Amino acid sequence: MARRVLLVEDEPSIVEAVSFILTRAGWTVHAHADGATALDRARAGAPELVVLDAMLPGRSGFDVLRDLRADPVTAAIPVLMLTARGQERDRDLALRLGATGFMTKPFANAELVAEVRRLAGG
Amino acid sequence: MTLGFETLVAASLAYVALLFAVAFLAERRQREGRGAWLRSPWVYTLSLSIYCTAWTFYGAVGYAARSGLEFLTIYLGPSLVMVGWWWTLRKLVRIGRTQRVTSIADLISSRFGKSAPLGALVTAIAVAGITPYIALQLQSISLSFAAIADRGENGLVAGDLRLVAFWTAVGLAAFTVLFGTRNLDPSERHHGIVIAIAVEAVVKLVALLAVGAFVVWGLAGGVAETLARIENAPVPMWTGERGRWAGLIFLSAAAFLTLPRMFQVMVVENDDERHLAVAGWAFPLYVFLMSLFVVPIAVVGLERLPAGSNPDLFVLTLPLAEGQEGLSLLSFLGGLSSATSMVIVATIALATMISNHIVAPLWLRARPAEQTAGELRRVVLIARRLSVAGVLALGYLYFRLTGAGTALSAIGLIAFAGVAQILPAMVGGVIWRGATARGAAAGLAAGATLWAWTLFLPSFGVLPASVMAEGAFGLSWLRPRALFGIEGLDPLLHSVMWSLLVNAGLFVLVSLVTFPTPLERLQGESFVNVFDRGPAPRALGRAAAEPEALLVFASRLLGRDAALDLFREEAERQGKSGHLPDTTPVFLARLERELAGSVGAAAAHAMVGGLAKGSEVSVDDLMAVAGEAQQIIEYSARLEQKSAEAERTARALREANAKLTRLAAQKDAFLSRISHELRTPMTAIRSFSAILREEDLRPDERRRFAGIVEAEAQRLTRLLDDLLDLSVLKEGRLSLDRREGYLSDVIDRALAAAGVLPGSGLRVIRDPSSEIVPVVTDLDRLAQVFINIVSNARKYCDAPSPELRIAVRRRAGEVIVDFVDNGRGIPAEERELVFESFTRLGGSWREGPDGAGLGLAICREVMARLGGSIAYLPGQGGAAFRVVLPAGLARAAE
Amino acid sequence: MARQPRPPFLDRRRYRIERIRDAARLLPALGLALLLVPLAWGAPGEPGAPGNAAALLYLFGLWAVLIALAALLSRLLRSGADGDEP
Repeated sequence: MARRVLLVEDEPSIVEAVSFILTRAGWTVHAHADGATALDRARAGAPELVVLDAMLPGRSGFDVLRDLRADPVTAAIPVLMLTARGQERDRDLALRLGATGFMTKPFANAELVAEVRRLAGG
Repeated sequence: MTLGFETLVAASLAYVALLFAVAFLAERRQREGRGAWLRSPWVYTLSLSIYCTAWTFYGAVGYAARSGLEFLTIYLGPSLVMVGWWWTLRKLVRIGRTQRVTSIADLISSRFGKSAPLGALVTAIAVAGITPYIALQLQSISLSFAAIADRGENGLVAGDLRLVAFWTAVGLAAFTVLFGTRNLDPSERHHGIVIAIAVEAVVKLVALLAVGAFVVWGLAGGVAETLARIENAPVPMWTGERGRWAGLIFLSAAAFLTLPRMFQVMVVENDDERHLAVAGWAFPLYVFLMSLFVVPIAVVGLERLPAGSNPDLFVLTLPLAEGQEGLSLLSFLGGLSSATSMVIVATIALATMISNHIVAPLWLRARPAEQTAGELRRVVLIARRLSVAGVLALGYLYFRLTGAGTALSAIGLIAFAGVAQILPAMVGGVIWRGATARGAAAGLAAGATLWAWTLFLPSFGVLPASVMAEGAFGLSWLRPRALFGIEGLDPLLHSVMWSLLVNAGLFVLVSLVTFPTPLERLQGESFVNVFDRGPAPRALGRAAAEPEALLVFASRLLGRDAALDLFREEAERQGKSGHLPDTTPVFLARLERELAGSVGAAAAHAMVGGLAKGSEVSVDDLMAVAGEAQQIIEYSARLEQKSAEAERTARALREANAKLTRLAAQKDAFLSRISHELRTPMTAIRSFSAILREEDLRPDERRRFAGIVEAEAQRLTRLLDDLLDLSVLKEGRLSLDRREGYLSDVIDRALAAAGVLPGSGLRVIRDPSSEIVPVVTDLDRLAQVFINIVSNARKYCDAPSPELRIAVRRRAGEVIVDFVDNGRGIPAEERELVFESFTRLGGSWREGPDGAGLGLAICREVMARLGGSIAYLPGQGGAAFRVVLPAGLARAAE
Repeated sequence: MARQPRPPFLDRRRYRIERIRDAARLLPALGLALLLVPLAWGAPGEPGAPGNAAALLYLFGLWAVLIALAALLSRLLRSGADGDEP
C-alpha cells in the first residue's frame, strides 16, 4: 500500500503541482484547503507526513501545527511547513512550534521529494 | 350678591381647581404629542408676564398715587430689553439651549468653568433676594381678602389673615411640586405650568383692563374727562426725581434679566428662539396695557375714596366702593393670578437652583460618584420637592415676621437690587472671554455684601439705630445709608450705585489679574462665540469610561428610555449599530450636557469626569503637557484661540498616531503578503515548468499544465500592473482620456467586467431611470473604480443571499453613486485602512485569489485624479462605498 | 478659528437684511435716549415742569411708538433672516 501524505494548501495550482510530484514519487496525497478539515483527517487517518502551508484561510498554518502537536494522536506525525513569505521569523516560529522541516516557496521539485522522503523516514 | 369671606374662598378654590385642570390637560396633550399650540410664541409672551406680580397688579396704583409716573420705570426697563431682543436675549437664549442651562445660577456656574462655588453663591443671593418677594405675594393675597371681607358683618381677625396666607402657601407648594418637579430634567420644560401661567396672564390683564375701563368710562366720564382729572390731580406726575428715574429704568432692566423666575420662563422654558421675535414687541405691549389705566385708577381713587385708604388696594376697593361686586371679584382673581403665578415660577426656579447647586454638590462631595448615580436622581428630586416647600415656608415665615404695612413697592425694589448683582457676571461672561471665575466670585460676593449692608438688612430693621447713624465698629464711613461719607442720596440709589460699582469693578479687575482654568476658557469661548459654531467638545480622551458603565449611569439619572434613546442616537451618528457608542470626547461632552439638565453643569462635569477617572486625559492634563512652550504664547492677544487650537491639534495628532501605529503594524504584514503574492504563482510556474520538461507526460496533462503556467504568469502580470498603476497614479503622471458618456453605461460595463451577471449569485438592485446621468470624465478609469467595488462586493459579501444596491443621486450638481451590499460590512477599526495601499483586512475581508490589496487604494487615487472622491459609508447595514463625481464634470455635458 | 471675513458686497436682499438688523440694534438705544428726555424736565414748581397730562401722554405715546417699531422690525427680521450673525 502506498504511503500517505496529507497536504494542507489553499492554492489550487500548488495543490495540483505537489500532488502530481508526490504521486509520481509513489505517495498517496490527500489535499485539504483548510486547517480544520485537515486536522480531522490527520486524527482519523494518521498520515505518515503532513505538508502544511503557512498561509491558510481562517486559521493559519501555524495554528494548525500547534493543534497537531497538542493532540497526542497527531503529536508524532512529521510536519513539513511550506511558506511563501520567506522570512526568518516564520522559520523560527515553525521550528519552535515543532515543525519537522521547513521549505520556502518556490522550490525545486526534486528538493521537495527528497525532503518528504527524509522526513517520512525513507 | 354680597362678597363675603366664604364667597372669596369658594371663588379662589374654584379658580385654583381650574388652574390644576388646565395644567393637567396641557401636560396630557403634550405627552400625547398634540401640544403644538402649547408652544406658540403667544404662550411664550404670556408666560413672560410673570414679571407682573401682585406688586404690579395692586402696587403700581399705590406707587402712582405716591410718586406719579415713576412706577413706569419698572415696566420701561424690561420693555427696552425686550425691544432690543436681537442684541441681548437672543444670545442668552441660544446659550441656554446649547448648554442646557437650568437656571441663572447654572448659567454663571457653567460659564465660569462649571464652578460649584459660584453656582452656590448665585443661589444664595437669589434665595435671599426672592424670599421677601414671595412673602410680598402672600401678603397681597391676604390683604385683598381682608379688603373685601372686612366690610362684611363678621369682620376678619388677624388670625384669619395668617390662615389665608398659610393655606395659600400650602396650596402653591402642592401645585408646584405636582407640576414643577415631576420630571427631573427641567430643560424638558414644564408645559403644564407654562400654560397655567399663560391663563393667569390673561386673567390679570382682563381684570385690570376691566377695572380701568370702568374707572375711565364709568366713573370719570371718558378719556378727555379723565385727562382733565389727571391734570388737576394733587399728585405731580413728574416728581423731578431724576436720579431715581434713570436709575430705576436701569435697575428694572437688569432685574428683568437676572430674576430667577424671569430667567426660568425666558431661557429655560423657551421652546424656540424665534418666539423672541414676537415677544420682542408683544411683551412690551402687554406691560403697556397693564400700565395704561394705572394713573386713572390712582387719580380717581384718590378723588373718591376716603382719605387714608390704602392706595395699594385701589384696584380692589374702588369697584367695591362703587358697588360693583362682580368687577371686584374679577379684580380679586386678577390679583390672585398675579401673586400665584409669580410664586409658582419663582419657587421652581429657586428649588432647581438649591437642589442643583447646593444639595447635589454637597452630596457628591460626600460620596464617590460611581456608587451614587442611582441614588442621586432620587436625592435631587427629593431635594427639589423639599426646596419648594422650604422656599414657600421661608416666604411665609418672612410674612409672619414682618407682617403687613410695608409699602409693596419697597420690597420689590430691594429684591431687584439684590438679583441685579448677578448682572455684571452674566453680561461680562457672555460678551467678554477674559472674565474669570475668581473675578465673578469677587464681584458677586462684594456686591451682595454691600447690598445686604446698605439695603437688605436695614429693610428688616435688624441693624441697631447706632449702626445706622454712626456706622459699624464706630467707623462712620460704614454707615449703611452713607457709605464713604456720601450722604443725601436716595437709599435705594445709594445701595444700587455702590453695590454695582464695586461689583463690576472687582469683577473686571480680578478677571484682569487672574488666570482662567482651561475649562473656564473653553466655556468662555463657547459662550461668547455661541453664534459662531455648535457646542464645542469640552474634554478629551477618557476612552476608558466603558460605554456600558456610562449607559447604566446615565439611565439612572435620565431614566432608562431617555438614556437608551440618547445612546442609540449617538451610536447611529458614529455609524455603529446597537446602543453602545464609542466614548468619544464629543459624546462625553454631549452626555455631560444632557446630565447637566438633571443635576446642573458642575455636578454633571464632576460625575462624568469621576466615572472616567484614571485614564482621563483632561484638558488640564493636555495643557500641562503643552506646558512651557504654551506659556510663551499664553499672553499674546490670541491666547484663547491658541489654546483651542492646541487642543484640536492634540486631538488630530492622537488620531494620526493611532492610524500610524496601525499602518506600521500592517507594514510587516504587507511585506509578507507581497512576498506571498509574488511567490505563490511563481511556485506553481516553477514546478510545472520542471514537470513540462520531462518526457513521459500525457498530452492532456501537458496541455493542462501549460495552461496553469500561463494563468499563473498572467496573475503575476496583473499584480505588477496594479503596482505600476498605483505608483503612476501616486506620482500624478496619469493622463486622463475625458469623454462624454452615460453613467448607466459605465455601470453596465463594470458589472459585466466584474462577472456580475444575472444568476451569478450576487443580486444587483438598480434604478435605471436615475442612472441616465451624462458625465464627462475618463470613462475607463471610472469603470475601473466601479469594477473594483463590485468585485469586492462579489467576493466579500457574506450574506446568505448577497445583494448589491446601486443608487445614483444628484445633489447640488454633484453626482453621488452609492454601492451598498447586505453583508457584514467592514469593522469600524479597519475602515480607515481600506483605502491604504496593500492593506487587506482580517476576517471575511481576507484576500481573494486575484487581489493584492491594492484595488481600493487605486480607486482612491483614480477618484482624486478625476476630481471626485470615494469613501466608506458607515451605518448602512453592509459594506457601503460612496463615489462622488464633481459637479463641473457632470454639468458640462448638459 | 478666525471668524470668516464677510464679503464686501452682498446682494440687495442680503444687504437689506443687514440694515434691518442694524435698525433692530439701534432701536433700544433710541428708546433709551427718548426715555431719558424727562431728565431735562423741571421738577414740580420749577420752570419747565410739564403738565400731568402732557407727561403722561409723552411717555405712553413714546412707548406705543417703540412697540409699533419693534413689531415692524421683528416682522421684517423674521421674513428675511435665518442667519446666525451675532
